[in-house]
Amino acid sequence: MPFKRYVEIGRIALVNYGKDYGKLVVIVDVIDQNRALVDAPDMVRGQMNFKRLTLTDIKIDIKRVPNKKTLIAAMEAADVKNKWENSSWGRKLIVQKKRASLNDFDRFKVMLAKIKKAGVVRQELAKLKKETA
Amino acid sequence: MSYKYHQFQVVGRGLPTESDENPKIYRMKLWATNEVRAKSKFWYYLRKLKKVKKSNGQMLAINEIFEKNPTTIKNYGIWLRYQSRTGYHNMYKEYRDTTLNGAVEQMYTEMASRHRVRHHCIQVIKTATIPAKLCKRESTKQFHNSKIKFPLVFKKVRPPTRKLKTTYKASRPNLFV
Repeated sequence: MPFKRYVEIGRIALVNYGKDYGKLVVIVDVIDQNRALVDAPDMVRGQMNFKRLTLTDIKIDIKRVPNKKTLIAAMEAADVKNKWENSSWGRKLIVQKKRASLNDFDRFKVMLAKIKKAGVVRQELAKLKKETA
Repeated sequence: MSYKYHQFQVVGRGLPTESDENPKIYRMKLWATNEVRAKSKFWYYLRKLKKVKKSNGQMLAINEIFEKNPTTIKNYGIWLRYQSRTGYHNMYKEYRDTTLNGAVEQMYTEMASRHRVRHHCIQVIKTATIPAKLCKRESTKQFHNSKIKFPLVFKKVRPPTRKLKTTYKASRPNLFV
């Protein structure tokens, strides 16, 4: 099984540990075997251990260590935000965040919606059963 | 990023006497964990170079030196003198890091692990930022590639906070990327 996601300049990674947990960052340079210089539009460029990063499929086209303006322009050009939010991984994370931020009234609304959906599904199932019976 | 070793600039001189009204002022840049240790180290080195001790000298200034560009990667060369079990040796080591304090910290931990040399047996002679062309060690030169690309081969997924860590897990981990 060859590798598909490489650590390279321009690779987007998700931070999976630490203060910047959940952020999407760009690998802007490699310091050594364990650390990368990492940048994002809303943080100061800094170093991060690869153990704190999970590589994604998204890669943008930048040169080694671009300045903030070029980085933001390149991220806009590659449409990172939309690509991430439409990917299955990105969508799952958004759903998780939404679920964690529900208050009691929202959970009540979710419960009603689930019951309604189950009712509709059961009606369709009953119809199909009647047709085959 | 908190560093264990901080870089200090320590300035001191011998106390003025009747024969010597304005003794020469000496300045040293050294690494220590705190200011107190830095001052002590300053007198240690100065004693070895000049006929002056802490008791007949005065500290003029001690300032911490901070990294000017902590967001760029540099290649640091460190010249050191260390004491092994059989004698003193000189060494030159190279490190890739964003800050000089980080490189010095790497040096101390590497000397401890590779040569079992503790902190107090190491003296930093000189440090310098080395341009990529003049680096001597292969392990730093291999990262001088603007199109560097490698896969992360072994990926253990950790719990995102230490609070969620458990001793036992239901299933064996999947280590592939």
